[in-house]
Amino acid sequence: MSQRRVVVTGLGATTPLGGDVESTWRAMLAGQSGVRLLTEDWRELLPVHFAARVATEPADQMERVEMRKLDRSEQFALIASREAWKDAGAPDEIDKERLGVVIASGIGGVITLLDQFDVLKEKGARSVSPYTVPMLMPNGPAAHVGLELQARAGVHTPVSACASGAEAIGYALEMIRNNRADIVVSGGVEAAIHQLPMAGFAAMKALSTRNDDPARASRPYDADRDGFVLGEGGGVLILEEYEHAKARGAKIYCEISGQGLSSDGYHIAAPDPDGSGVQRAIKFALANAGLSAKDIFHLNAHATSTPAGDVAEANALRKALGAEADHVAVSATKSMTGHLLGGAGAIESVFIVKALQDRLAPPTINIENLDPAVTVDVVRDKPRPLPAGDIAALNDSFGFGGHNVVLVFNSIS
Amino acid sequence: MALTQADVLAGIKEIVEEIAGIPAASIELDKNFTEDLEVDSLSMVEVVVECENRFGVKIPDEKVTELATVGDAVNFIVEAAK
Repeated sequence: MSQRRVVVTGLGATTPLGGDVESTWRAMLAGQSGVRLLTEDWRELLPVHFAARVATEPADQMERVEMRKLDRSEQFALIASREAWKDAGAPDEIDKERLGVVIASGIGGVITLLDQFDVLKEKGARSVSPYTVPMLMPNGPAAHVGLELQARAGVHTPVSACASGAEAIGYALEMIRNNRADIVVSGGVEAAIHQLPMAGFAAMKALSTRNDDPARASRPYDADRDGFVLGEGGGVLILEEYEHAKARGAKIYCEISGQGLSSDGYHIAAPDPDGSGVQRAIKFALANAGLSAKDIFHLNAHATSTPAGDVAEANALRKALGAEADHVAVSATKSMTGHLLGGAGAIESVFIVKALQDRLAPPTINIENLDPAVTVDVVRDKPRPLPAGDIAALNDSFGFGGHNVVLVFNSIS
Repeated sequence: MALTQADVLAGIKEIVEEIAGIPAASIELDKNFTEDLEVDSLSMVEVVVECENRFGVKIPDEKVTELATVGDAVNFIVEAAK
């Protein structure tokens, strides 16, 4: 039996650029930044005073009573999943035993954890919310979406720091290929804009400290980049078995044709400067998709705006794709959204699907002086048209711990 | 000053509406928290703690299971506050 093919039939997102996919994509093509000064007093305790909060607060998209039982990451997951499910034509008639959910988060309900610890210290154990545990558990976002849709094929949450969202989508791809499910709601979310995680990232010197110009702080590939900008939000893709999608007359955006996974075995947080793990993940992904480097015309890079990471990644891309890298339009959308950690691979997959649909690679903003060590073709300032015909695109994501995940999407005629 | 039944009922209506989103108008003395009002078990824990804070009473865990209806809770709190 030939391998079951998997397509994308729905998209949803809430991001620093917009409360849904369309508003996010429009802002992105216009090259807008979602990074702003924080309004909380605690910002003064930190060396970093800004972040990329979602453009639309969950309170404007959900009922109050529902919200209070959900961690912010769970709110993002439900908002993005509802949009994606509706976009897929709300296929509620599916046998629920053939419906799965794989939604990741890098850190889980960290805001709930820290807020409830404050409640415990100030008011005592009896005042701690009975929803604390279901709100802080990292599988909470997936679990709530699974409950809402009554998914019974399996609900999963792979965790690999900033590669989590991409790993979730890859897991969903395998669920369908392995005939465990016909539709899987997949993606990643993060809600970690709080003084403790920010202080922790700042202590690693991982965050930009460009406090005088937040909108220009996230600048992947720029010579003067000084760290990433923490973002929040999430993205969801409805993955569906190809024949199943055709049979119900679903709108098909594109195919997801492969994934490649590897690990560095090098350092808990630093990228391997040799980039061999990333190269292997790209090669595995192409082989898994049955494609080669000549088919790739767009790549949404991990490129977080850290001094070490961006160049290590660019070098690995060049080595893995060779001369074929010359026709790959590389976009670093974290320049606009900030870094959504466990949500990054998911929203960036949404952007790839939109790029294939519109045949436009989104821009990378804030590059004033391209780092001469960057040897890939970066789409700067304005969107760039992608060729017509059958093309494929890559999304690469890396996480602290040395996790490398590469996803392959291709247009479908 | 002793609490009246009306004071406590009004307070419980506010608390249950705030926590479980149930319209105050539908919350009456003879309504069962779980069967009629569909307050789930975790939300019920929150309701109990909020009643303790608001009315300055202790509602022991072993007592909570006996408070099936809104009226049971109102009577218990009025007595406990005396």
